[in-house]
Amino acid sequence: MKKVTKEVYLKWYEDMLFWRKFEDKLAAVYIQQKVRGFLHLYNGQEAILAGTLHAINPKTDKLITAYRNHVQPIGMGVDPKRVMAELYGKATGTSQGLGGSMHIFSKEHNFYGGHGIVGGQIPLGAGLAFADKYFKREGVTLCYMGDGAVRQGSLHETFNLAMLWNLPVVFICENNGYAMGTSVARTSKEQEIWKLGLGFDMPCGPVDGMDPVKVAEAVHEAVERARKGGGPTFLEMKTYRYRGHSMSDAQHYRTKEEVEEYKKIDPITQVKDIILKKKYAKESELKEIDKSVKARVSECEKFAEESPFPEKNIMYDAVYEQEDYPFLPHKL
Amino acid sequence: MRTIQFREAVCEAMSEEMRKDETVYLMGEEVAEYNGAYKASKGMLDEFGPDRVIDTPISELGFAGIAVGSAMNGNKPIVEFMTFNFALVGIDQIINNAAKIRQMSGGQFNCPIVFRGPTASAGQLAATHSQAFESWYANTPGLKVIVPSNPYDAKGLLKSAIQDPDPVIFMESEQMYGDKGEVPEGEYTIPIGVAEIKREGKDVTIVSFGKIIKEAYAAAEELEKEGISCEIIDLRTVRPMDHDTILKSVKKTNRLVILEEAWPFGNVATEITYQVQSQAFDYLDAPIVKINTADTPAPYSPVLFKEWLPNHNDVIKAVKKVLYK
Ligand SMILES: Cc1ncc(C[n+]2csc(CCOP(=O)(O)OP(=O)(O)O)c2C)c(N)n1
Ligand SMILES: [Mg+2]
Repeated sequence: MKKVTKEVYLKWYEDMLFWRKFEDKLAAVYIQQKVRGFLHLYNGQEAILAGTLHAINPKTDKLITAYRNHVQPIGMGVDPKRVMAELYGKATGTSQGLGGSMHIFSKEHNFYGGHGIVGGQIPLGAGLAFADKYFKREGVTLCYMGDGAVRQGSLHETFNLAMLWNLPVVFICENNGYAMGTSVARTSKEQEIWKLGLGFDMPCGPVDGMDPVKVAEAVHEAVERARKGGGPTFLEMKTYRYRGHSMSDAQHYRTKEEVEEYKKIDPITQVKDIILKKKYAKESELKEIDKSVKARVSECEKFAEESPFPEKNIMYDAVYEQEDYPFLPHKL
Repeated sequence: MRTIQFREAVCEAMSEEMRKDETVYLMGEEVAEYNGAYKASKGMLDEFGPDRVIDTPISELGFAGIAVGSAMNGNKPIVEFMTFNFALVGIDQIINNAAKIRQMSGGQFNCPIVFRGPTASAGQLAATHSQAFESWYANTPGLKVIVPSNPYDAKGLLKSAIQDPDPVIFMESEQMYGDKGEVPEGEYTIPIGVAEIKREGKDVTIVSFGKIIKEAYAAAEELEKEGISCEIIDLRTVRPMDHDTILKSVKKTNRLVILEEAWPFGNVATEITYQVQSQAFDYLDAPIVKINTADTPAPYSPVLFKEWLPNHNDVIKAVKKVLYK
């Protein structure tokens, strides 16, 4: 694995902070009704993305996830302005305003979505890997899902096929403790989710998902195995989401104290502590980063605000490749 | 009379039936401890306990099928889908098992089961979360399909659905759960397969169902100011369809507009159109007009979504067209 240097720590600090603040902004503009629909935020889970990005090659490797998907494309290189614009429903958005919060995509940056149906992305991730293997490309697919999603049949069928066909895919469960209001304990007799790999003879294990170093190490090992033809891996990242499931969640299923406990091991704070302890940067230098992050988030907001709404024909034009497809009229 | 919310009407219907009939249980994601994703089962865990109000993991195929199996063996399950978009994951169990088991077994097995939850769009939720499946299920022999539009109908029809010996699809809307309406104290049922004239009129018939019917009401109010009198029929049940009520009205008004939130290809409105032209052709003074959602997946952007979803202005235009105004 690439060494975790001072530069890496500083990048992690800046990236994770940017993702956090970017999403805090989304929550704020959601309340102003500039962003609508559902809004699922990633607050607390950032170390999983930071660690992953350190261990993969974004030129060849692919990411696919569920609907908690605003910051992964940014990590893969998508201009955050375009993600913000998508949530505003603007023409400059990643899907030209067609997809919204749950459906961010960037073919250019190997980000394959952004999927709203729980578990729907799991076979797709294996399918991306199928094509890479078919064409003898060196890419590996990282396929993310929640703790709730592992209870979908799609996972179990896909695990079997991915092993049977030795596909270059790494399945990553982001166990943040809850699927909406349902704790992991209430969904299965076996609470160690990583053990689901055992039944398929798939290499598997638990990972501290609040520490980007631990994440990077585990992902590196899995990705290298897949790249060398060693097939799939299943990793369970133990993490936590600070915010509600979506924006309308009274969170009666957990206590404030529980949330506070996890904030003590917040990935951004952990990285910040190491930076200060190892004297990679001074408090004042980190303050500068904080400031620039804030400014960049404001630029995203401004861009989204000022962008135009899409033309009406786009909702038709994007359905088929065929240019003169005969759509039925729906009103006069 | 007292007024209650749509979600309370649903809750009362389920609770009353569960008090009377031990074989009925409620199963689905977040139905118990969370009191329902949209609070339609509020308090039911407390009253009936975890053996009869059952939280499930996100395993629609598994629990839909388990419910069907239990229905073949003495239960009367109510299965809640958080929305019918997610029922797609388990639709095989509904279409291949619930709908067919009776006929395929030569009538040996009953399948008294209700699958309920929200259908159609609910704001800017985009393509995967905005689909109307009434015509999909209504296409399937063996199923009955109910889509109420107000709390009174919801309660009476849901009770009939739970009592029904065959599988029933019962469709609601996230955007209706907060709607208030008059619902009497005490028990009542509404028969499955009977439409209701929600507004009497003489110039044109508008047929609709589910939450979108409100756009027809709004249009009728506007049109009345211009001296145009609309008769509005609420189908309430899509399958079996109450053709008699529609035909009688069309024979009176001689003009028909159908408002349905669904993709235009082969939907419920198409079926009504066929029936009316075959049974009341000579009564029609204008071609039938149907209003649907655009022939595309639902877009997210507010400007696109507005164009995609039909509204009362579209109804007004359609009414004027069939009246040649
Ligand atoms: C098939 C399906 N069923 C239900 C839902 C509704 N739903 C959306 S997110 C969610 C919880 C998923 O939890 P988890 O997989 O743990 O992911 P997290 O939200 O914690 O990231 C549910 C039930 C859905 N989108 N798709
Ligand atoms: Mg979760």
